[in-house]
Amino acid sequence: MLDKANSATAVDVLCEVSVDPTMLARWQFASLTVYHFLIVPLSIGLTLLVALMQTLAYRQRAQTAGSTEAGTWDRASRFWGRIMLVLFALGIVTGIVQEFQFGMNWSAYSRFVGDIFGAPLAMEALIAFFLESTFLGLWIFGRNLLSPRVHLATIWLAAFGSVISAYFILAANSFMQHPVGLVYDTRQRRVELTSIWKVLTNSTQLVTFPHTIFAALLTAGAILLSVSAWHLRRDGTTVDPVHRKVAGLSLGVIILSVMGVSLVGHLQGQIMTDQQPMKMAAAEALWDGKSHASFSLFAFADVEKGHNKIDIAIPDGLSVLATNHLGGHVAGINDVQKQEVAKYGPGSYVPVVWLAYWCFRLMIGFGALAGLLAVLVAVQWRRGKLETSPRLLRIATWSVALPLAANTTGWLFTETARQPWLVYGLLRTRDGVSTNVGSGFVLTTLIGFTALYGVLGVICFRLVRRLAIAGPDPVGGQSDDPLSGGPVDEHQLSLA
Amino acid sequence: MQGFWFGLIAILWAGFFVLEGFDFGVGMLLPIVANTDLERRIALRSIGPVWDGNEVWLITAGGATFAAFPEWYASMFSGFYLAFALLLTGLILRAIGIEYRERAATPNGRRWCDGAIVVGSALPALLLGVAFADFLRGVQMNAAHDMTGGFFALLTPYALLGGLTTLSLFAFHGATFLGLRTTGEVADVARSLTRVLGPAAGVLALAFVLWTAQVRGGALSAALGAVMVIALLVAIAASRGGRQGAAFAATAATALLLPVWAFAALWPNVLPARNNAAWSLTVHNASSSPYTLKVMTIVALIFTPVVLAYQAWTYWVFRARVTGELADEHGYGDRGRVAAVLDKAGESARTTLGKPRKQAVAPPDPVR
Repeated sequence: MLDKANSATAVDVLCEVSVDPTMLARWQFASLTVYHFLIVPLSIGLTLLVALMQTLAYRQRAQTAGSTEAGTWDRASRFWGRIMLVLFALGIVTGIVQEFQFGMNWSAYSRFVGDIFGAPLAMEALIAFFLESTFLGLWIFGRNLLSPRVHLATIWLAAFGSVISAYFILAANSFMQHPVGLVYDTRQRRVELTSIWKVLTNSTQLVTFPHTIFAALLTAGAILLSVSAWHLRRDGTTVDPVHRKVAGLSLGVIILSVMGVSLVGHLQGQIMTDQQPMKMAAAEALWDGKSHASFSLFAFADVEKGHNKIDIAIPDGLSVLATNHLGGHVAGINDVQKQEVAKYGPGSYVPVVWLAYWCFRLMIGFGALAGLLAVLVAVQWRRGKLETSPRLLRIATWSVALPLAANTTGWLFTETARQPWLVYGLLRTRDGVSTNVGSGFVLTTLIGFTALYGVLGVICFRLVRRLAIAGPDPVGGQSDDPLSGGPVDEHQLSLA
Repeated sequence: MQGFWFGLIAILWAGFFVLEGFDFGVGMLLPIVANTDLERRIALRSIGPVWDGNEVWLITAGGATFAAFPEWYASMFSGFYLAFALLLTGLILRAIGIEYRERAATPNGRRWCDGAIVVGSALPALLLGVAFADFLRGVQMNAAHDMTGGFFALLTPYALLGGLTTLSLFAFHGATFLGLRTTGEVADVARSLTRVLGPAAGVLALAFVLWTAQVRGGALSAALGAVMVIALLVAIAASRGGRQGAAFAATAATALLLPVWAFAALWPNVLPARNNAAWSLTVHNASSSPYTLKVMTIVALIFTPVVLAYQAWTYWVFRARVTGELADEHGYGDRGRVAAVLDKAGESARTTLGKPRKQAVAPPDPVR
């Protein structure tokens, strides 16, 4: 009897879990997207930086033939090319899942916005994916078959492909944040495209895209710094010149990207205040609108009562952030809730405030820390004391974790603070989910993909770590095959 | 306009079957055609530069379906939920296996990668045929176009026949590809395998075409099905006669015709409802608005030729057969770049074409 009762409870619990397919579908999308977005900024940024290194190598080839500097950038580009490819592979496979997930888990959403949302996705595949995968294949295997100039062009084309793929997918996401260029078709109960130009030049998109590309460069710059710092700390003044060169490049990239990402982020904040006032209010846990709004540094909210218990803040900070002048008025959560109820009918339009609040802060904090770290390293470098600062180098070895954390929290912020909307003002998340997919299936694939991704993540991390520790090929012993880790072995394949 | 997009999606599937078909074939035959590590590397190198670009044909088919027929995309992907999850798992395993194999530090690591490549090639090859058979037979659907059958309703004997057809066809296609594109032991084993794989694919394809004729389609699809089977018979004859170029061209034609034949049988349906024909998704009730179709048509007309041109160029660059010879390090030295490239092109051509007498057998370019 007791056993029966227990098992009934277990079944009840399972049913309880399985009643909300929306939540499961959201968990699945969130976990797979966050994972994808750990890899993709690295692969986009690294492809650009490897292309840059190979360009420097191409120029160096002509300029410094015979000097001790000769071949440094060439070895750097081959070394980082290997690491980039390991990450790129994982970025591609996790990206394919994303493209199919809209139809699999979000079929109601796909029906509702497919007329608009499908267009940038199809363009991404046709224009960007073909470009990046075809030219990446040419770059990997064509080193001996193509002239150096054409070979250099292939990596730039692959990098260009990955950047425009980011453009299209972010245009699709910007449509969800700020729908433009559409009309509602009452007969088919869906939204239809009226102007592709408006979708592709959405004001949200024009700030989101540079913000993301700067973040990608920041992330890639940080992994360059991490690995170079590790080698600098281990080898001191006898370090391979490749790592010194790359460390210098990484500092420039990080500092410029942090500046870029913050300037664009500031514009983004203003557009967000205008287009999604609830998101900005939630980001600040600002319950009641005010002029001279302060930028909160630490707050503890009592959500049910709709106010903060503790709040430590910079006076006028938020007003400046949101409106560009002291004393600008910023709407609060309670105000926007009232407005949206009036506009869209009864219901709660408040996202999870603590999540939005902390993700927003951590995103800014991690990004700023990465910039600060790069400045510190640059200062020690200028003073000629970098190799003798093991503690700083030890910290710098971990620098890649900062932008990765900033990317993740930023992504979580922008998606969760849009809730309960899937497409802002048009479609609620709970109305977008596939109705004919049982929660058992969603749970199965959620567990399956998470486990698979977990294993692949461990393998990828260990491979990158091993390649990074092994360092570049010794001078004169370059392998022609970027797929093989070390010097040419006697079974090297030949295509010619 | 809907007809144009129906045709374009058929072409994208056809491109995917032709190009990724041999990649799947090479992957699933890997442990059979190649015993030693060097042989496996030769086999994989034959698809190394191109498989990733070939896979994009599937992604683009998916994207084009989303843009041009959102209802079809939504119904298909949610209805074939578990099948597509398995397909994706297969594609992930294969990609990671191919990309990470060369980096594996131990023989054991390489064995895991080989296993991932075999499973990740065979599973999608099987599932694609199952899916196409289910499209042809029709699915259980409600008035809102949501599929209601569940996963196991998709696994009928007819669907399994479709799956085995694509599985065997891609294996055969991969074997003719290896026979054409590699040398030595790998090519020899692949060529002898075609003697088994060809007839197997032939029997299965014939059965599939005949059964399908009872289920769906008209005179046009019946004719296309007949041409497809004839192309397969030509491939069997050519591979028996040792004409590798012709054999590969014929398996490529078969793989190309399979989606074309299936789409011809489906027209004007995109996803027919078996339980009530009135609930079927057709090119008319599943399509995007005329404006979206117009925009996408312009984009497709501009970029498809560009994609075809650079993918064709890729096959031209890598036209040389893969050999196991030692790498010879050739720098560009003091000779001009043009001279170096011309030398290399000459070398590649000699390797590809073998003796001068054999020049009549031009390497087929599957893209054109």
